[in-house]
Order: sequence, then structure tokens, then C-alpha cells
Amino acid sequence: MAAGTLVLALVPLVASNYVISLFILLYANVALATAWAFFSGATRYISLATAAFFGVGIYVLAIAHVYVPIPLALAAAAIVGFLVALVVGLSTLRLRGVYFVVFTFGLTELVHQIINWWEININKTTSRYIFTDVSNVNIYETLLAAALITIVGSWYVNQIRLGFALRAIGEDETVARHTGINTTRVKVVCFALSASVMALVGAALALRYPYIDANIAFNNTWSFQVLIAALLGGPGRAWGPAVGAIPLLLLSEYLAGSFPHHFSIALGLCFVVIVYFLPGGITRLLLNLYHSWILRSRAGPSGEKMGAH
Amino acid sequence: MILFEVFLGGVLLGGMYGLIALGLNLQYGVARILNLSYGEFFMGGAFTAFFVIMLWQFNPLLSLFISMPIAFAMNWLIYQYLMIPLIRRASDQDALDADVVLVTFGLLFVFQGLALVNWSGDLRGYSFMSSPVHLLGATVALNRLLAFLGACALAFALFLVLRYTRFGTALRAITIDPVAASLVGVDVRRFSALAFAAGGALAAASGMLVSTFISFSSTIGVEYTLKALIVVIMAGVGRVTGTLAAGLLLGVVESLGGYLVDPSLTIAINFGLFILILLLRPTGLFTRA
Repeated sequence: MAAGTLVLALVPLVASNYVISLFILLYANVALATAWAFFSGATRYISLATAAFFGVGIYVLAIAHVYVPIPLALAAAAIVGFLVALVVGLSTLRLRGVYFVVFTFGLTELVHQIINWWEININKTTSRYIFTDVSNVNIYETLLAAALITIVGSWYVNQIRLGFALRAIGEDETVARHTGINTTRVKVVCFALSASVMALVGAALALRYPYIDANIAFNNTWSFQVLIAALLGGPGRAWGPAVGAIPLLLLSEYLAGSFPHHFSIALGLCFVVIVYFLPGGITRLLLNLYHSWILRSRAGPSGEKMGAH
Repeated sequence: MILFEVFLGGVLLGGMYGLIALGLNLQYGVARILNLSYGEFFMGGAFTAFFVIMLWQFNPLLSLFISMPIAFAMNWLIYQYLMIPLIRRASDQDALDADVVLVTFGLLFVFQGLALVNWSGDLRGYSFMSSPVHLLGATVALNRLLAFLGACALAFALFLVLRYTRFGTALRAITIDPVAASLVGVDVRRFSALAFAAGGALAAASGMLVSTFISFSSTIGVEYTLKALIVVIMAGVGRVTGTLAAGLLLGVVESLGGYLVDPSLTIAINFGLFILILLLRPTGLFTRA
């Protein structure tokens, strides 16, 4: 893993600007999908608020980079994302199932409208310029680090009590509460952790924009793309969403230029294929294939019996 | 006086919301499937009306004879071939909901993408019955009044069907308890499929009526699904007459709020109302405790 990280860290030395940009988007998608799966995959609270926190991060950076150095502005984005999610979570994680989906879906629109209103009426402007001298390579490294830390962090939390509590909530919330888990606290803390990663990624990507406005910052496509990446890869494992993000990003790169509307159709078909043919995602499919292959090769000639299990 | 005009505008807007939500409440209330591609049939109804008047110069009301049967058939097929496998394999309502949300989101993207490819993303609109009418001292457009009366008529017709026919009684039984309904001999799957299909047809009808006074594009469906959903949750799942009342409430609050606070904050106001109701009365305003 360390060797792989080193190789990835050295990519900007040899790659063209286009490849670096592609990798930047890939890391952003991986970090977002992993952060999404960390909360929504484990608890089965399907959140469509990714774009909301992502946009909050963009705005925090756009406002803060004028006053403080970029690393501090990035940290501020993560902290504000955390706090916003804390407030949202405390008031709405009582909602379950479909209601939660609908609420988070509308949350992006809500934040979008409020910020738009604020900018027009209070600041008398509709867009903000971003002046930085941060190079693509720096953004590349920041997002690579963010993606790796998110994956390792998500894996680590799954090993400790907090991760166990999170999965227990996903299995059966009532049972989890009766076994003494403070379900509200676990849910809100994990929701906020996942949101802080989303805000950080938004802030890091914003460094590449010359200017931003509310329509750029709050784009619902992010929510859907991230959700599909996570489900396609398989939200059950820390590295699953990363596996799903790669093919989806390549597909969107391929289609976005010449057939933008066809990407929407492809995304829709992905949803359907996942539900009917790939529950558990690519990772579960791969693991199943791997296990049956191991069983067969171990069992030798009498393998048919064991393979059946 | 201006306040009264704003209020009247809110009532007409609310009738439209009630109209849009009727079909969704039928789908979600009876068939227990939350169809997030619902708004795409609304969009389809609006486009059918547009093509009927622009290409053939016919009365757009006639487009209902095209769009409603198509929407009915498509929704029946969706229920029969996409939803029933999910219902069969689901272990509980939560698992089913998660699957249904994903599949119907997928359908949303597919339908929207197909519409974008074929009809582009441009805003469309046409003029039909747009002459002004004087009503209680205020002035309203005739097409808005038509949509409002259409909403009332459809809600009333639906109420009569549910109340006084055997078919309606079966649907009400399924709404209350599908298991008990099947025990007394109601074919739950078949009636749910019909209710789901009828809901889709209502979506197309509301799309046609609303298209007479709004401009619309291929991507408009999501917004109306969301609004319909807010109304359904406000009304209480499965409550037909409540749907119209909740729509009226939402319309009036939105108009008055937009007028008194700021017209650019209507979604914020809608959402505030939605969250308030979810937190205070999660079963809806018009359900008996």
C-alpha cells in the first residue's frame, strides 16, 4: 500500500496536465464516495446531501482564502462542514427511510437558495473570484492525501466501537438503542465526520475555479454520482467506493464531452443494474469469485462438494 | 386588496400542487411505492400537450387522450415488471424502500435523459386560454382557473370512486392494511398495479393542465416530484381529500411568504413547512390519530 501511494504521489512528475486533472477528479470522487459510504452505507440512511456539504466547502474557501493562508482555509471548510452537518443532523436524523432521502435531496436546494439570497441581498453580488497561485500538483497531492486518509480512517473506524455501533444502527436501530448505544450521538457524529470530508473536497476542488457562484457550488449531480460510485463499488468495505468511482469517472469523462445527455441515461441504468444484478457492488462480486476460486483450487478433484458451500 | 390577490394566487397555485400530488398519493398510499420518477410523467404530459398544439394545432386538452393511456400503461409495466420482483425479495419495508428509491431514481435519469436527447433542454411554452377573468374583484388568468377546477374535479371524482365503488373499497382496504385486505379476498397485487398505473395517468393529466400557464423543459420533472412529495407527506399518505387541502395550504403559505418575505425564498419556505410538519406531525395533517 505504501509503495502504491508512493507511485501515485509521483504521477505528477511524468503525467500531462490532462492526466493530472483526471486524477484530481478521481481522488475527489473517491474521497466523496468513501465518506458517503462511511455514514450512509453502514446506517442505510441514504443521503443526497453530498452536494450541499460540497458546496458549503466551496463557499468557505472562496470567502476565507482572501484572509488566511490556503491550508487554513481548507481546514476551515472541513470544520464548517462538520458544524453544519451537526446542526442538520440534530434536527433531522429522527427522519427515517424515504423521508430522510427526500429531506437530504431538498437540503441542497435549500442551502443553494439561502446562499443565493444572502449573496444578492447582503453582498450585492452573485459570484466570487478565487485568486490563488496553488498549482495543480499541490491540489493533486492534497486530494490524494484526502482520499487515502478517508479510506484508512473509514477502515479504522470500522474496527473500533464507533463503527460497530454504526453497523448496529444499520441492522436495526431499535435493537441498537436497547443495547445501550446512544444512537443519536453516533449518527450525528458520523454524519458530521462524513460531511467534513465532503466540504474539504469541495474546498480543494474550488482552488481550480477562477470564480464560483451558487449554481456551480450546489449541483445535485455530485450527490447522485457519489451515491452511484459508492453503491457500484460496494459500500460494505472501506475500499469498495474507490473501486466504483474509477469506472464511473471514466464513463463520465468519455460521455460528458460529446454526449452529455447520454451520461444521465447511463447513470440511470447504473442505478437499475446495481439494484437488480449487483447488490453489494463490484467488491462483493469480486470477493465471491475469489472465494469460490480458492475453494475450488484447494479442494482439488473433489472440489464440487466444497464449492457448493 | 393586494393581499387578497396574493391569497387568491396562492389558492390557485395550491390547487395545482394538490393536483400534482393526487397521483403520487395514489401510488404511494395504495401501492406503497415511492415513485421518484413520478414527475417525469408530469413532464411527458406537458410535452404531449405542447406537441399537440404546436404540431397539429389541436386543442391541448385532446392530448389527454394520448398522454394518459401511455402513462397508465408505462406505470403498470413499471409496477408489474420492476417493482414486483423487489417486493418479492424485500425482507422488510425499509429494505424495499431503499431499493425502490434507487430504481425510481434510475428511471428518473433514464426518462429525463431520453427527453433531453430527443427534445433538448430548452424552455417551452404555449399560449392557451390565457385571457383574464375577474373573480371577486381580483384578476386571474383563465388557464389557471381551468387547472384549479380540473384539480377539484379530479379530486372529487377520485373521492367518489374510492368511497362508492367496489374497486375503491378494495383500494381503501389495501391502503389501511394490505395483509388483511388479501385475507378478505382482495387481489392486492392486481389492484396495487392498477392504482399505481392510475397515479401515473394522473401525473400526465396534471402535466397537461399545468403546462397551459408555466414554461417547462425536459428537466422539470424532479422539481415537481419533490413538490408533490412534500404535499403527500403534509397530507398524510393515502389521504385523497387531504391532498387537495394540503396543496392549498402549501400554495397559500408559499404565495404569502413570497410576497411578505422574499419571492426568491419560496423553496426555503416550502421546506421549512415540510420539516415543521415532519417533526410535529410525522403522519400528516389529515390522518386520524
